[in-house]
Amino acid sequence: MIKTIIDCISSWLIPFIIIVSLFCGIVKKVPVYETFIDGAKDGLKVSVNILPYLIAIIIAVSMLRASGAIELAQQAFGSFLAMFNIPVDVLPVMIVRSLSGSAVLGMFSDIANQFGPDSFVTKLTAVMVGSSETTFYVLAVYFGSVGVKKFRHALLAGILADVAGIIAAVAVANWLFL
Amino acid sequence: MNYIWFFIILLSVIAAAYTGRINETVNAIWTGAQSAVEIALYLAGIMAFWLGIMKIAQKSGLVAFIAKLVTPFARLLFPDLKKDSPAIGDIAMNFSANAFGLSNAATPIGIKAMEELQKLNKDKNSASNDMCTLLAMNTAGFQLVPATVIAVLAACGAKNPSEIVLPTLLVTSFSFVFAIVIVKVLEKFSKPQIASSLKEDSDD
Repeated sequence: MIKTIIDCISSWLIPFIIIVSLFCGIVKKVPVYETFIDGAKDGLKVSVNILPYLIAIIIAVSMLRASGAIELAQQAFGSFLAMFNIPVDVLPVMIVRSLSGSAVLGMFSDIANQFGPDSFVTKLTAVMVGSSETTFYVLAVYFGSVGVKKFRHALLAGILADVAGIIAAVAVANWLFL
Repeated sequence: MNYIWFFIILLSVIAAAYTGRINETVNAIWTGAQSAVEIALYLAGIMAFWLGIMKIAQKSGLVAFIAKLVTPFARLLFPDLKKDSPAIGDIAMNFSANAFGLSNAATPIGIKAMEELQKLNKDKNSASNDMCTLLAMNTAGFQLVPATVIAVLAACGAKNPSEIVLPTLLVTSFSFVFAIVIVKVLEKFSKPQIASSLKEDSDD
């Protein structure tokens, strides 16, 4: 019930925002077409500005994934994670979820196919992926677009919040799905 | 960030030496660079569209109206903002877009909010407290319904894909609140900014 309402809002929100913006513009006699072009130019500038930051982050993440470092971590920390009832297959998701959104979604599909969509591993991963945001990507893009080089406490706050999110996901999944 | 970037690359090379996947790791540099450009191109179109719409919303007074509604909350989280700052409306729109999972609308609007905060920033090279708070709001990734995750579960034939909605909402709300609290706590321990008039761009 609540989900259908939220689904409905999600799909109508974009057309709603567009129509309301255009309508208000026309009523207030804003030259909507020229104004749109003006804003769109800014958008293109931003995407050029963030490109170097994106390249730096994505290269590092691609190297990490290709090097096999994550598999090594799985071997090293498997028994430690088992103490907290975390299946070792979830570890790559825990590492990559702050780094790359498309990679983590691919990993999640793998797990769902391999262990079945109704298994504990899949559900735990689902909660972890669903509540995640690619912290390093957001940092690079948001601060990159304005040319900020010193991130100050934003970096540590982002990492700590990710760790807290992982712990919360494990706790909630153990509570509701076991 | 310098150390983290260096550490990830160093770790990759060491792990590659150990697993013998050095060629794959080097190739990952080129494919990574390529996909960064693809993402930026993909973002360029979407960003241009949303910033175009946002500019209309701004000129017609719509953003100012929304800003007025959320000003009390925004001033609580962003104490350095003035009452009529254009950043407030952008921050509100950015949060709503995130909550409804419209990440391709949230990013351009969030960047616009960041640009507004940068205008008020004393030291253009380092992030102001308000900028860190806005970033924490975004890295925590509060979302009402994890649509893509549900889609994957449904595609794999899960009995009841939407059963993860509530647990995910619990976790995402918790980490959102946690992120805000932690960024505000860390703010107190963070080195204060130096005004850029005293210290002209040293590493630019």
